[in-house]
Amino acid sequence: MTFAHTIGLTRYVFADLRELLAKGTPLRSGDVLAGVAAASAEERVAAQFALADLPLEHFLNETVVPYEDDEVTRLIADTHDAEAFAPIGSLTVGELRNWLLSDDATPERLAALAPGLTPEMVAAVSKLMRVQDLIAAARKIRVVTRFRTTVGLPGRLSTRLQPNHPTDSPLGIAASILDGLMLDSGDAVVGVNLAGDRVETTTRLLHMMDALRRRFAIPMQSCVLAHLTTQMAALAGGAPVDLLFQSIAGTEAANRSFGVNLALLAEAHQAGRALRRGDVCADGRTGANIMYFETGQGSALSANAHHGAGGLAVDQQTLEARAYGVARRFDPMLVNTVVGFIGPEYLYDGKQIVRAGLEDHFCGKLLGLPMGCDVCYTNHAEADQDDMDTLLTLLGVAGVNYIMGVPGADDIMLNYQSTSFHDALYLRRVLDVKPAPEFEAWRSGESFARLMAEARHPERLLTA
Amino acid sequence: MSELTRSTQGLAAELRALTPARVALGRTGVSLETRDLLDFQRAHAQARDAVLAGLDGAALAAALEKITGGSALRLHSAAADRAVYLQRPDLGRVLDAASRATLAQSKRAAASDLALVVADGLSALAVERHSAALVTELLPRLESWRLAPVTVVEQGRVAIGDEIGAALCAQIAAVLIGERPGLSSPDSLGVYVTWAPKRGRTDAERNCISNIRAAGLSYSQAAAQLELILTAARRWQLTGVALQKPGRLTEEAKL
Repeated sequence: MTFAHTIGLTRYVFADLRELLAKGTPLRSGDVLAGVAAASAEERVAAQFALADLPLEHFLNETVVPYEDDEVTRLIADTHDAEAFAPIGSLTVGELRNWLLSDDATPERLAALAPGLTPEMVAAVSKLMRVQDLIAAARKIRVVTRFRTTVGLPGRLSTRLQPNHPTDSPLGIAASILDGLMLDSGDAVVGVNLAGDRVETTTRLLHMMDALRRRFAIPMQSCVLAHLTTQMAALAGGAPVDLLFQSIAGTEAANRSFGVNLALLAEAHQAGRALRRGDVCADGRTGANIMYFETGQGSALSANAHHGAGGLAVDQQTLEARAYGVARRFDPMLVNTVVGFIGPEYLYDGKQIVRAGLEDHFCGKLLGLPMGCDVCYTNHAEADQDDMDTLLTLLGVAGVNYIMGVPGADDIMLNYQSTSFHDALYLRRVLDVKPAPEFEAWRSGESFARLMAEARHPERLLTA
Repeated sequence: MSELTRSTQGLAAELRALTPARVALGRTGVSLETRDLLDFQRAHAQARDAVLAGLDGAALAAALEKITGGSALRLHSAAADRAVYLQRPDLGRVLDAASRATLAQSKRAAASDLALVVADGLSALAVERHSAALVTELLPRLESWRLAPVTVVEQGRVAIGDEIGAALCAQIAAVLIGERPGLSSPDSLGVYVTWAPKRGRTDAERNCISNIRAAGLSYSQAAAQLELILTAARRWQLTGVALQKPGRLTEEAKL
């Protein structure tokens, strides 16, 4: 089906839903690179007008990536909840924006709506929203998850402590963990990326973090962000696996390039849950969210796996929303968009990174996900610390579940800049929000004091 | 210095001894102290300058001619400038029309064993500081090799070596290229080796040495590793993941 909108003497025609979504996307370098961006500012706004008039029901009848070619599309279509969709079933995309921002859209109604929305609907409405809209709507949505801490409660902001080391040195990693714990970081997860994806390293680090946790009664969950199969091998070998991590994307082909598919994710989810390592959390409920997913606009394009209907490119923001369609299948503890990591050929500058971060947070939350954000950039992007402060603050206002905590904001293994322990302290102070309740209680207790005392000899912490 | 910094100074030294990460930074209120803030800004400024720096191709070509005793060709990718280069990686992987003409004219009758390609990549600084020194260390190790003319490429990405190597009828292309600057490493050089270079090769078909810089891999270490990869590539007639199979690279070390 084609779509059209006329501005002045020019009639803009869009061949299909895929093209309409792409042309209606605010400018970003990845869509230009993929050849799907609007050719002019006027064409972009024409696409947005046409998109605004499109009934949401249409999304149930036209796919952007063919059903028969792609298991992500099949997952989205087959699990769509018609009952949850019914309250907004007669709206257009433009009317959905109006409704989301209205007082009628209460936190309860928004939560109930999530299974009735498809990623493509959510991507579409986000394209019509300004930064303040993305913040105002997302702020109303609370997605709360539990393992040993409770993440996502109102008035709370958590952090993933990211203690990476260039050679995966356990002592070096422990030093960064200690530094972070002393600065109130790590209540979402203590998660290490590896320089070398090895089962032995994964197992050793999991044991190290688990020993530290038990010795000082820290309400924390740990994770080694190796490939999912590496973590599953460690798990099978008896390693203390809390959260299972995997990078995911919005097409079957992109997930294949990551070495995963839905069946493997389901297998991992089941294996992780069977360990029952979650604790009773502050509200008396036992933590059972065990998956940790990372995503990011442009990942499908960088894997040359961004094609949809007719073999033509799908825009990167729509594909990102589809990755959330994958994530929500597995009730994750944490999802974060690593927004500026991928580089300037996908998100060129601070402006593009800031908007993308807010879009991802909004889309994920609207689909019912516990969204965090790796507020970050690389040195070849047109961005700097001021841009990160802007996005960090905006996400805090939008109610982001968690951000990263990296020593001095400088990840010396992955070679990019994220947010620091200090950045999280800043955000908590200016917004008057606190860490997860379990973590906050631990922080003022005897175990923390003991950690502070013993931390003066960090090498001894590893010989527990 | 804040009170907190003073009281935890002993611990700060302990932590810093264990990792190069920016651990144990002090606080004023909850914010960074001025010195740490400026240290970070300096590192980022150096990285940004390295990304945006233009390559002095003429000077580098002259230096390489002196070292190799042969001619050096200056080439340019299809990415016209830095802004295009950063947003269009596809254009940085192919030559512009003028460079294709240059290569066509210079094509020698005899095939060669190795084409050394020096490209600015994401750090012209890395290439200007380290490429000539690395080639100086490498050449004595390759006495029996027939070298194609060295090429110096502006606005080039790794894969541009495929087109250049093919045009020069080289069995192997080795691309010396500036790596993406990190906060503490604005001038890191990498080398990518590709057997039977031609357009369309993937990264899985290359072998790589990285982190060649003052605080990283030395020129002699890098030259030794490069010789190992080149020799193995010629022996097994391939590069990439397949060359990393057990025994293939280590076996060469014993020979």
